[in-house]
Amino acid sequence: MLEIKCPYCGKRSQNEFSYGGDANIKRPELGKEISDSEWDNFVYFRKNPRGKHSELWHHVAGCRQWFKVSRDTSTHEIFKTSKLNEEL
Amino acid sequence: MTQKYRLDKGGFIKRDKKISFKFNGKKYFGYEGDTLASALLANGVHLVGRSFKYHRPRGFIAAGVDEPNAKVQLYHGAKTEPNAVATEVELVEGLIAKSQNCFPSVSFDFGEINNFLSKFFPAGFYYKTFMWPKNFWYKIYEPIIRKAAGLGVAPLKPDPDRYEHKFEYCDVLVVGSGPSGLASALAAAKNGARVIIAEDKSRFGGSLLTDEVTVGNKKGKDWADETIEQLKIMPNVVVKNRSQVFGYYDHNMMVMFERTKDHLEFPNKYTPRQRLWYIRAKEVVASTGSMERPLVFGNNDRPGIMLSSAAKEYLRVYGVLVGKKPIIFTNNDSAYETAIDFKKNGINPIVIDIRENSESSVIKEAKNLKIDIRFSHAIANTRGHLRVNSATIGKLNEQKTNYQSLEDISCDCICVSGNWTPTVHLASQSGNKLKFDENINAFIPNQSRQNETTVGSAKGSFTLKKSLEEGFNKGFELSNKITKKNIKSAIPTSNERSNGKQNKFWCMPLPKNKNYKRCVDFQNDVYVSDIELAIREGFRSIEHVKRYTTLGMATDQGKTSNLNGLQLVSSIEKKIVPEVGHTTFRPPYTPVTIGAIVGREVGKYYRPTRKSPIHAWHEKNNAVFVDAGLWLRPRYYNQGNETLHEASKREAFNVRNNVGICDVTSLGKIDIKGSDSAEFLNRVYTNAWMKLPVGKARYGVMLREDGIVFDDGTTTRISENHFHMTTTTAQAVNVLAHLEYYLQVVWPELNVNVLSTTEQWAGAAVAGPNSRSLLEKLFPDTDVSNEGLPFMGFKEADLFGVPARIFRISFSGELAYEINVESGYGIFMWEKIMEIGKEMGIEPYGTEALSTLRIEMGHVAGSEIDGRTISSDLSLDGMLSKKKDFIGKRSLNRKAFIETGREKIVGVVPLDKKTMIPEGSHIVVDNKASLPNPKLGHISASCWSVEYNNPFSLAILKDGKQRIGEKLYALSPLKSKSIPVEIVSSHYVDPTGERVRS
Ligand SMILES: [Zn+2]
Repeated sequence: MLEIKCPYCGKRSQNEFSYGGDANIKRPELGKEISDSEWDNFVYFRKNPRGKHSELWHHVAGCRQWFKVSRDTSTHEIFKTSKLNEEL
Repeated sequence: MTQKYRLDKGGFIKRDKKISFKFNGKKYFGYEGDTLASALLANGVHLVGRSFKYHRPRGFIAAGVDEPNAKVQLYHGAKTEPNAVATEVELVEGLIAKSQNCFPSVSFDFGEINNFLSKFFPAGFYYKTFMWPKNFWYKIYEPIIRKAAGLGVAPLKPDPDRYEHKFEYCDVLVVGSGPSGLASALAAAKNGARVIIAEDKSRFGGSLLTDEVTVGNKKGKDWADETIEQLKIMPNVVVKNRSQVFGYYDHNMMVMFERTKDHLEFPNKYTPRQRLWYIRAKEVVASTGSMERPLVFGNNDRPGIMLSSAAKEYLRVYGVLVGKKPIIFTNNDSAYETAIDFKKNGINPIVIDIRENSESSVIKEAKNLKIDIRFSHAIANTRGHLRVNSATIGKLNEQKTNYQSLEDISCDCICVSGNWTPTVHLASQSGNKLKFDENINAFIPNQSRQNETTVGSAKGSFTLKKSLEEGFNKGFELSNKITKKNIKSAIPTSNERSNGKQNKFWCMPLPKNKNYKRCVDFQNDVYVSDIELAIREGFRSIEHVKRYTTLGMATDQGKTSNLNGLQLVSSIEKKIVPEVGHTTFRPPYTPVTIGAIVGREVGKYYRPTRKSPIHAWHEKNNAVFVDAGLWLRPRYYNQGNETLHEASKREAFNVRNNVGICDVTSLGKIDIKGSDSAEFLNRVYTNAWMKLPVGKARYGVMLREDGIVFDDGTTTRISENHFHMTTTTAQAVNVLAHLEYYLQVVWPELNVNVLSTTEQWAGAAVAGPNSRSLLEKLFPDTDVSNEGLPFMGFKEADLFGVPARIFRISFSGELAYEINVESGYGIFMWEKIMEIGKEMGIEPYGTEALSTLRIEMGHVAGSEIDGRTISSDLSLDGMLSKKKDFIGKRSLNRKAFIETGREKIVGVVPLDKKTMIPEGSHIVVDNKASLPNPKLGHISASCWSVEYNNPFSLAILKDGKQRIGEKLYALSPLKSKSIPVEIVSSHYVDPTGERVRS
């Protein structure tokens, strides 16, 4: 079980969190004309890297804040966590 | 029964406390402090089981967790436990154990015929033989193999015991209490670190219990005892015996299995049987020691042949002689300690040493004691059916490929020593890529990937001096990283025998023209010939050889066999061991009970139960409950001998004709505040929200980004910047997370806050034609007329002094209201409504009647919002705003969503107006078509329409409303039903919605 440092609460065990996927995904702006493939990329396509990955986690059984985690997907090493408005 | 093999003195057992136990139906005695294994050996019992595949008689090999053979079944009935390791089972009054894998008895076993037929059962036999025909596998082969090869028998009754989980944090977790473990713990603790030291056995001390050594001028055992006492009184130290740290997980999460009860004759009533500890340690010291490896020779698996270190442990710890005519067979010096111990207890051992000579203090000691040593000799074969009775020994030729001469010598046990394997499972599980150490011919930890440090013989440091040094140094170093106190403990002086050079030779040649079986993996019955065969058949990867031969699998995980297997593969392949590599060390290191893994999460404690504040009233009034997620909701209220069907019909009928009350507390409720709340709802829901007036509710549908309908509910504008959202019971948690995601991650610029208030409000739906007159009496000071509180209106009101919220919303399709009060007033509200509603014929209704009412109204719920449907499938496309963008809108022009022929919601009535259509039935054109019958759609929900007094269902059907009037079939192969049906509108009752507005 991973130990994740919530930027608001501190280190907590993984079972307090839920995973939210790639942190670099940007939702297209509302009302903006975009192509089908741009939209498909946003909704469906995700990279699945082996190694360093920026991702979102949600402290669901805690402060309920979303935040960013830089994690190695093969070793589970967590390099850094940060608030959404901070640089990861 | 006398304990013929028990010494009069020596060992750490209590001879004044006799304990009786049963093994294979026979009564024996042992002493307090014995294990089942030591007590059986004291009684001269070596035969404990049969081997897995060939049913060869088997005895004890080890004295600890490395025991591969002595798996026994304990007790019977609900308390029975399979695969217990006799060397780990502490003797307790009344213990009952029996051998596994034998029929009818361990000494006469029908399965042994497999041994005589063994040439027909080579490696991979199962794979080769039982391939065809396919259906034979399930019916014939598999049941037979299961019976023949089964280990223990699982209990069939619920486990009567209690198990616990515990979460703990510490600075330094020390695994193992041998010299290096005690040293690390002491050094770390004295330096101020929070320390946990865990020992698998009941006794602390590890090798200090059995080795002739001194530490700090004390006997090893005394130093261990004193150190443990010292640690126990330190407030920053937790000392645990009977505790196996069996797994190393991510981020230094260690899992430990503690045995708390089974060894106690009179356990405390509230003591759990076992406890699982989740320990997050800043630093882990693995001082897990090492295990002796067997030597491989002809028929080396007979009862009475065991590890020399085990024989020494039985003698030194339990005062038991494993035999009175021992042969010691070795390739190194450590076995001489066992020989010396025998000799000092009046037994004359013969030492067979494959080396030409050895010069060290321990050999000199043996020679001085006049122990018979035969250098350059080896054991080629053994004899004795249920117990070894002789060994064929011979002088090895120079290349060690054959024997110069052979002679038989009689014996009653053979103690073997083939060097030592460091116990590296924790390091390996932590991600440490092991390296092969040529000097000791075994794998040792290399670079740590987590905060893991291995010390002592677990990393190949086989001398006491080195173990203590490493322990003290690492204990200080690691603790100082955390405490920075710089308190260094002095390393005590130590004294031990010196050992000479080992020989790596371990697999004895077969004499010419002899085909003796030479066992490598005792638990899985894998022999030298099996591994040779696997390689001949082309298996190269050690992982493949493992699976093909079953080497190193099952509960044992190759503790004694792994390295010998690797050495064998490497010697056949003419590679060095590190090129062959090693298989994965998987947790758990030793078997863990399912009970301990599950802990307290059993039965109703499996997950939390959520109850409405009105729950007690429902119970008192004969409610039959149903699970709705974590919630318990009344399904119906039982009257007399009613069935579910009759009760729900009565309740729903009463709503349509009088007035009913339903507990809707479980609906998700989310409080939304902030100046951008309306804008936010406008983005979240498909319809328009900017112009919703204060004091009004609106029905809304949310989509996922992929366009699929996510949830629905009504949201009410309490004030300009304050909304009250409701969600379905099932999606409440997910909707909140969804809103938080968009507010925090996607649109942080919006000034909105959301908060779940599900548990803050108790809710009651009051529905039916009499509901307004009821409300008039409940709220005499509030105008609840159709003008004062119209459909989708909202008012705050006073309920006999309690602040209440009234929402005029309807799920039943009747004139209806939902009343919310603070949870603590839930019962008050409910009882007030029941009391005043009595004269209007009020009756409570449960979820079954609620379903009936919504189904015949054509209101969608979870069975239609099933993660596959889009708005237009559910006739909700009128709510898709064309003027604004919202979550999921861009997906709605996907090809699959705009194509004709989608499955859409309709109503279905059976032609006979009598037969209920099972939910999940498929709708087809031709009920007799050959399979697979093309499916047009499925029945999503069924009810008995109380309005029309006939069955009615909702269906998701290809082309939807275009099929209204068509006559089709509903097929349910599961219920063997084929029902002719007519397609009708999904709005079966009051399609224009007059009642809700009346
Ligand atoms: Zn937090």
